[in-house]
Amino acid sequence: MTNGREVSRQGIELAVQQDVGIGQPDSDAAPGHAAALGPGGTVGRTATASPPIRLVGVSKAYRRGAQVVPVLTSVNLTVAPGEFLALMGPSGSGKSTLLNLIAGIDRVDAGSIFVGETDITTLDEADLARWRSRSVGFIFQFYNLIPVLNALENVELPLLLTPLSGRERRERARTALSMVGLSDRMDHYPGQLSGGQQQRTAIARALVGDPDILVADEPTGDLDRVSAGEILDLMDGLNRTMGKTIIMVTHDPRAAERAGRLQLLEKGELADAHP
Amino acid sequence: MASLFSYSLRNMLARRLTTALTVGGMALVVFVFAAMLMLSEGLRTTLVLTGSPDNAVLLRQGAKSEMESAVDRDQAPLVESLPQVARAADGGPLAARELVVLITLNKRGTTKPSNVVIRGIGTHSLELRPQVKLKEGRMPRFGTSEIIAGESIARRFSGTGIGESLRFAMRDWTVVGIFEAGATGFSSEVWGDVDQLMAAFRRSSYSVVVARMNERDGQAGLDGLRAGLAADPRLQLEGKRETRFYEEQSEMMAKFLGVLGTMLPAIFSLGAIIGGMITMHAAVANRVREIGTLRAIGFQRRDILRAFLVESLLLGGSGGAIGLLLASTLQFVTISTMNFQTFSELAFSFTLSPRIAIWSLLFGTFMGCLGGILPAIKAARLVIVDALRAA
Repeated sequence: MTNGREVSRQGIELAVQQDVGIGQPDSDAAPGHAAALGPGGTVGRTATASPPIRLVGVSKAYRRGAQVVPVLTSVNLTVAPGEFLALMGPSGSGKSTLLNLIAGIDRVDAGSIFVGETDITTLDEADLARWRSRSVGFIFQFYNLIPVLNALENVELPLLLTPLSGRERRERARTALSMVGLSDRMDHYPGQLSGGQQQRTAIARALVGDPDILVADEPTGDLDRVSAGEILDLMDGLNRTMGKTIIMVTHDPRAAERAGRLQLLEKGELADAHP
Repeated sequence: MASLFSYSLRNMLARRLTTALTVGGMALVVFVFAAMLMLSEGLRTTLVLTGSPDNAVLLRQGAKSEMESAVDRDQAPLVESLPQVARAADGGPLAARELVVLITLNKRGTTKPSNVVIRGIGTHSLELRPQVKLKEGRMPRFGTSEIIAGESIARRFSGTGIGESLRFAMRDWTVVGIFEAGATGFSSEVWGDVDQLMAAFRRSSYSVVVARMNERDGQAGLDGLRAGLAADPRLQLEGKRETRFYEEQSEMMAKFLGVLGTMLPAIFSLGAIIGGMITMHAAVANRVREIGTLRAIGFQRRDILRAFLVESLLLGGSGGAIGLLLASTLQFVTISTMNFQTFSELAFSFTLSPRIAIWSLLFGTFMGCLGGILPAIKAARLVIVDALRAA
């Protein structure tokens, strides 16, 4: 755990060095926009409103024919509100599965996952989907934007699940895109955007519904060093200024460095953070 | 209720070629479907318009067509004197004794004979059919071998223009006029003096008596007439409303075309449905990761199902609309065919009715729905984590 603390300290140092603003390239990207997005209003309140995440004895196995392959064995993990957690580990260590379970897109075989007071493992499929739409923002390695929709429409997509009017939806989507520094790319289609811009659009989409938790699976895995740095800056800013809890799976040590806390996985179990 | 309508529409428009081909296939099927129904409808309207609801046709009992029917010379005045028959301006009965005979004539420019109806008419025949109007020339004089031809006959058969003459029943008949009768069966007939024709064809009985009924519009007139016929044992005749009579004449043809119009497209539609299914299967297969993303964001299985179903309904609906649009141009086409029931030539056009339009659009969407349902279910069933891993 000593190394974890070190990483933690590094994160804070970085935070101090950096500008408090989130989307560097855009002047619109002032933290004040957070108020426009979230019902919480001020940054401070949003931070404290985030619920803690607590995994208790979580196990998961996959069946390959008659063979049962255990992926996670009795994992206990707590993520504090507003924490930026990086999950690292070799391929097949179960880090993506762990992320999927926390994000509510996969089911545990045993154990509970509490997010705030709610044990999400007890929700039925429809309720779980509703919970995801309210509470979780997704950031994928390959951005997963809808190619036939432009940036604004992509960001607007999660809001279709809310009772907001079309005008409010577009207003919020525009705000979210400004926050990631893409106010001049709103009518561009994913194919017309660079990888970094696509990932920033995806982050705006993850952000637009003002969820408490952001999950990111290899968010920089498909990006060059410069773009990856920008994306990490952006995520760091969201964590610090808006108090979003971020859980990120990564292979990239530079990405893990930016997280406040590093958790290693090995063969389906949590390992101490030895290098 | 999350609406992914714009998503569905964009996706459909995004893959232009596949969409065009699928929609085109469905449009062709709907075109055939609509065309067949329009043909059947055209035939029906033509024959129904031929009759007038105020007239009754009196035929021999059991006769299905004018050709089969016979009304004896001594029965005719008895019928005309029934009180239910309206009076003409001259005080006599407003009725006509008519003879219907088939002859064969050659179509213009060919030696191919076709059957043509010759109708022997009485003095009131024209008054009983206000839809028949003289277009060129004059009416035939009674007591002569003068005839007039319906415009669709005059156009298509040799020897039926004004000044020309026809030879049948061992006499020469001079055409002195052309009449128009709109989209009715009369347009495909030749008319002449009933007594001259009876003599020439050596007939001793009329085919039918057509009478204007006293009580207009009501069923009472027809019922009264029937009661009058039943009361007199000399009158082994039955009375039918003229509209109903002509509708019956078309029933077999219309039914035949109707069955053909349903069966053929039903078979063709299999191809179009399979085409739609392939298109939608490919659409789902290409967008597995997209579907996983939408589900992760919080869209429910039913939202995904609906999105893909809407996409295939849009395909089918556009196919239906385009097919209907193509078929509607057929309204300007007149075709002539043999009416199997009367074995005479009948000219009619494709007729589009609101009912046919609605059925065609429904048929298109139905094909879309059938083609899209399985792929949509497949899309909705995807497991999120598996879908997100897809290439």
